[in-house]
Amino acid sequence: MSSTTVTSTKMWSGGKSPFNVEYGKLMMWYFLMSDAFTFGAFLISYGTIRFSTNGWPDPNEVFRSFPFAPEGVHAPLVFVSIMTFILIISSVTMVLAVHAGHNMDKKGVVKNLIWTIIGGIAFLSCQAWEWTHLFHEGAWWGSNPFLNHDGTASSTNFTNYFFTITGFHGFHVFSGVIINIIMLIMTLMDKFEKRGHYLMIEKAGLYWHFVDLVWVFVFTCFYLI
Amino acid sequence: MEHTAEHTHEGHAGGGVKEIVRVTVILSVLTIVELALGFWMMGMPLESTMRMAVKGSIIILMLAKAFYIVGYFMHLKHEIKNLIMTIVVPLALFVWFIIAFLYDGNSFRNLRNTYDPHFKEQSTIKVEKKEEKHGEAKHGEEKKEAGHEEAKPAEKKAE
Repeated sequence: MSSTTVTSTKMWSGGKSPFNVEYGKLMMWYFLMSDAFTFGAFLISYGTIRFSTNGWPDPNEVFRSFPFAPEGVHAPLVFVSIMTFILIISSVTMVLAVHAGHNMDKKGVVKNLIWTIIGGIAFLSCQAWEWTHLFHEGAWWGSNPFLNHDGTASSTNFTNYFFTITGFHGFHVFSGVIINIIMLIMTLMDKFEKRGHYLMIEKAGLYWHFVDLVWVFVFTCFYLI
Repeated sequence: MEHTAEHTHEGHAGGGVKEIVRVTVILSVLTIVELALGFWMMGMPLESTMRMAVKGSIIILMLAKAFYIVGYFMHLKHEIKNLIMTIVVPLALFVWFIIAFLYDGNSFRNLRNTYDPHFKEQSTIKVEKKEEKHGEAKHGEEKKEAGHEEAKPAEKKAE
């Protein structure tokens, strides 16, 4: 502990980088913090409305479909757990890409980035399927075919919040995939090799992990509880 | 804590691939436990204490997952303490944010249930499941609109 205090006084006396990270990475952290507040505001608004309403639809009734499943077969939680695992695994491949970047291992970066991009696209495809399916069931902004848990009429708040928040998250995944594709192209063009470091991959990685982090919260708030 | 002190001079040292594998396993296990709790919860009666307890445990598991993602995948645990503080301390606002707003929502519901008999009554009337599908035909669209008109006045009065 004492060594930490000594270092921190020295850190601020000038001539050193007190946070010991690159400028862009620090700013990425601050951007993600602001983004966390945006998502937090969305989710808390959802929670407030849910708390102020007497009934709410049962997520296990609403999200029980599965692609290619025969009519009448209901599998609550199954499809969304696959989506969750896809995102976790793509986060892992992103860490591996960052790790390979540390070791200046271009091949490892390329391989893991491609896996991350595939994971992101897979997640987006799952979400596109789910949205289409819900739309065909009659759910959309301003239209809610589902009933409350106890069989009473439900307001459109449920679908409005669901589509807005998962849509906002899906848009983040989409931009994350675009960023990762750009990183892949830059790696293939040897940009980072020439720079002598793969710090850009780390910044893209932070963004990608944040997307995974937000999904942890969205998944819990909409599908589980 | 020891980690921060250890790695201060190196800057970006982490645990390497071994740590990544460990955290992946932890995250997967936490997710599986969450899902198991979710499945278990399905059979429980609404508003029961048990159900609330399970929901609470799911939220705790969610926070644990968030900790592992931010701490290890995003590497925050291995950064310098000052940096960690500039990120984590502002996020403490969420404590107030969540408590204040959810409390407010809950209080609004209680007030309406006490003083607005219509609101209370509305939430006890059982309805038939509406059959409305998007993209079937224009006829369906019209029916949907009509269905909405029935539901709308109730909502308006409740407000």
